[in-house]
Amino acid sequence: MLPRQVAANSTTTTSRTRRFRFNWVDGFLWFIRVAAIITIVVGLTGTIQNFMAGQGPSVEQWRDLFVSSISTGAMYGLVALGYSMVYGVLGFINFAHGEVFMAGIMVGWIAATIMFQNGLWDGNPFLALAIVLVVAMVTSTLIAVLTEKIAYRPLRGSPRLIPLITSIGVSFFLQYAFAGLFGVGLQTYPPPPGILSRDINVFGVPIEGTKLLVILVAILAMIALWYFVAKTKTGRAMRAVAEDKEIAGLMGINVDRTIITTFAVGGAMAGVGGLLWALLFRNVQFITGFLPGIKAFTAAVLGGIGNLPGAMLGGVLLGLFEGMGPLLVLDGLGIPAVSQLKDAVAFSALILVLVFRPSGLLGERLGSEERA
Amino acid sequence: MIEMRRVLRLGLLAGVSMSFLGSIGMVETFNERTLIDPILRMGDLFFYGTLLTIAYFAARGEVNVLEQPEVEMGTGTLTGAGVGLVAAAFTSAFLVLIDSVNVLEFFPNMDQSMIQSLTFEQGIPIGLLLLGAASVVAGALGGLLPALSDRTRKSIWLVSGWVISISLLEVVVADIVESRTVIRAIYAPGGGLRLWSAAAIAVLVVVLSRRYEGRFGSFTTRVRESDAKSRLRRSLIALAVFAAIVLPMLLGGILNELLINVSLFILMGLGLNIVVGLAGLLDLGYVAFFAVGAYGTAVLTSPLSPTVSPELNWWVALPVVLILATLAGLLVGTPVIRMRGDYLAIVTLGFGEIVRILLLSDWLTPIFGGSQGIRRIPGVQVPFLGEVGGTRPELFVYLTTIFVLIAAYISYRAQNSRVGRSWAAMREDEDVAEAIGISTVRAKLLAFITGAIVASFAGALFAAKVGAVFTNSFDVLVSIIILVVVIVGGMGSIPGVVVGAFVLIGVLGGPKSPGLLQEFAEYKLLFYGAILVVMMLKKPEGLLPSVRRSRELHQDEMSQDAWLDRDTGHVLEDRLET
Repeated sequence: MLPRQVAANSTTTTSRTRRFRFNWVDGFLWFIRVAAIITIVVGLTGTIQNFMAGQGPSVEQWRDLFVSSISTGAMYGLVALGYSMVYGVLGFINFAHGEVFMAGIMVGWIAATIMFQNGLWDGNPFLALAIVLVVAMVTSTLIAVLTEKIAYRPLRGSPRLIPLITSIGVSFFLQYAFAGLFGVGLQTYPPPPGILSRDINVFGVPIEGTKLLVILVAILAMIALWYFVAKTKTGRAMRAVAEDKEIAGLMGINVDRTIITTFAVGGAMAGVGGLLWALLFRNVQFITGFLPGIKAFTAAVLGGIGNLPGAMLGGVLLGLFEGMGPLLVLDGLGIPAVSQLKDAVAFSALILVLVFRPSGLLGERLGSEERA
Repeated sequence: MIEMRRVLRLGLLAGVSMSFLGSIGMVETFNERTLIDPILRMGDLFFYGTLLTIAYFAARGEVNVLEQPEVEMGTGTLTGAGVGLVAAAFTSAFLVLIDSVNVLEFFPNMDQSMIQSLTFEQGIPIGLLLLGAASVVAGALGGLLPALSDRTRKSIWLVSGWVISISLLEVVVADIVESRTVIRAIYAPGGGLRLWSAAAIAVLVVVLSRRYEGRFGSFTTRVRESDAKSRLRRSLIALAVFAAIVLPMLLGGILNELLINVSLFILMGLGLNIVVGLAGLLDLGYVAFFAVGAYGTAVLTSPLSPTVSPELNWWVALPVVLILATLAGLLVGTPVIRMRGDYLAIVTLGFGEIVRILLLSDWLTPIFGGSQGIRRIPGVQVPFLGEVGGTRPELFVYLTTIFVLIAAYISYRAQNSRVGRSWAAMREDEDVAEAIGISTVRAKLLAFITGAIVASFAGALFAAKVGAVFTNSFDVLVSIIILVVVIVGGMGSIPGVVVGAFVLIGVLGGPKSPGLLQEFAEYKLLFYGAILVVMMLKKPEGLLPSVRRSRELHQDEMSQDAWLDRDTGHVLEDRLET
């Protein structure tokens, strides 16, 4: 009788301590959630009060900020598509995708500079931009496909962290290979053609030409991608491979080729993103891809990784968070020089998303293998 | 039988690689260092070494478990020479192109001096012939290698390894030997071994390796199979400790400086090894804990700390830093506890960046000094010796060594304890671990906290050594480099971390500090990236793997179905393709 009692006692204590530990972690997570909401509410109130008092940015400044945040976000969204697709199909974070994006901008810069020198850039701006777009897309696609062939393919089926670590290595290799080839300095694109630097009225709202173009290009690219994934045969193969590689192989789908296509399409989207970066920021350096890469991944997680419309939505939202967040929330809290904290806001957004809703806003769409 | 398509393909690959090495300016920079006085420079070694390696693989063919290809000497040499010829043709075409089209505006390294350095300073027409000849020779040598007997090949490896290392480690050798006449006899005045000393080393290595053939191997297996508490292991550890005590006395200031740097990275590597290697949590923001340690110490000890400035003694500050690190570990660890492995990596990376951005921001400048950093951090007070700081590297080394020993002891004990086993179980399969009654929450938090504390030690030592902290010492690169150290050494292996840190930080150099090979400065991160990829592809268990970890990684090869699936599958595919 005695041993039984002891046993019974010990189970109750362990279960109690267990429940206690779980509650403790949950409590901390709840604390984070509540603290985040309180911070945001207090910050917003502060900013609104400031605004009522006539301090801080004017309505026009807010509007411009909103537009530029959305256009930055659209660019993040395009890069995020690459992360999302690769994660959906292979289940690992391709850390080097940011460098794929940078490569497109960098090689596009060569094309842009040459065209600027022989006058095409100003003579026929849209043709010139189209050429830059093609160059950037081809470069990014090529690099994405090459990294897949050399670095990732031999690792299929290895423990999940191995490809991730490899992609970190690829990312550093690409960064410093470009630093070696192009030098470490900041390269500047030629100034945008005259038509684009003027404001264009959309429903009575003046929007700077480049930003409008960025948003338009992003929408077009998104539609093209949606058509490709949803309507074409290759797109269907891609979805099948994401669902279950083995069965897809048995159904006669060439899995290797489909995976390559996934990388290629992701790379092409990163190339489009590269053109948008060039339009928005006009400069490029070997480390240009690093931060936007991580932010684009954040965007992919925000929208629900593996979910393509989610990636685009996540990108736009992240652009808004990081563009407006510092002024909208942190400024209201009386923090000085908030624009320095832009990146910190983006990363905090990532942490908060994963604490609040780990599967993202629109939900994850992964194959059954990856869901575990 | 020579497969022409294979020769062509690999020759092109070699040509592209060689042109790439030239285009990033590496050959040119590395050629400033001579290895063997008149005949071999480091740039050429890398340039033709790449070709030699590719030619080796071209001649050897695919190796798999089912068949070990026999390579005939003639075929091998011809294949290799063919690869060399194709590579040389590609590289020459590339050089001629560079010579005729000016691309300097876009590619600053593709200039005339690059062409000169690739053509043995002879310029386009004559130099290209030399380049071609050298490539064919290097390719043929590479192709010959797989045809040689294992014993000969091993001797060649040993000889080239020793000659190159002794040549590269000139500074260390000069520092230890201290006799100028001996050094002058071995090394040429412009750096590099003299021809005859290189030959002498080669002969010595061959004779010694033949004399003691097989003994080293049997010794390592004996160590490996020995009990953890056996006399052999104990005497080895005693030997290592003795070397750690004596070595700093023999070395000069600069090398001790380097040694301190290496031991700081060993310390951080040991900490990250607990998190990544033992518990399997990929932390990419590990530098945040290092920053907590360094900034904590700075604020607590420096008289110049802006707002809070208690000016504590380093030893009094240490426990406070430890508590801060524990809190930081909890703060980072708790939100990520439920996350999947790869989300965890990105979130920790985000945490690391947030810490750096906050330290740099105007908002927290009143506490941490922003971009000005915090200066005048006092050294460590040691009884009888006074203040030991960065100005006395020969003493500071001992301090870092002591902490390394403590950290090694902690991780060794943790590894074999109940916690260590629950980490291993969790790393293998979280759900199963949970099911057999391991509290993964507790195990994860413990891993984070232990890792954080070890990193904060490193931070505290770093602050005391440098005497000032700035945010740029804490960027994401540091986290990645520590990760590379752990991976190259072997995840989960304590001696692995030590070896990894010596090889990478000591030779290549750390994120901000040069290593022994200062020429690498520009290219070391390129190497770090390449090393990471190659290690993951070829040897994911690291140089000195922990037994348990390597079994996990090669698990699928052991179960027969998977083995058949992998290897025969590839063979069939290849046959179908060709």
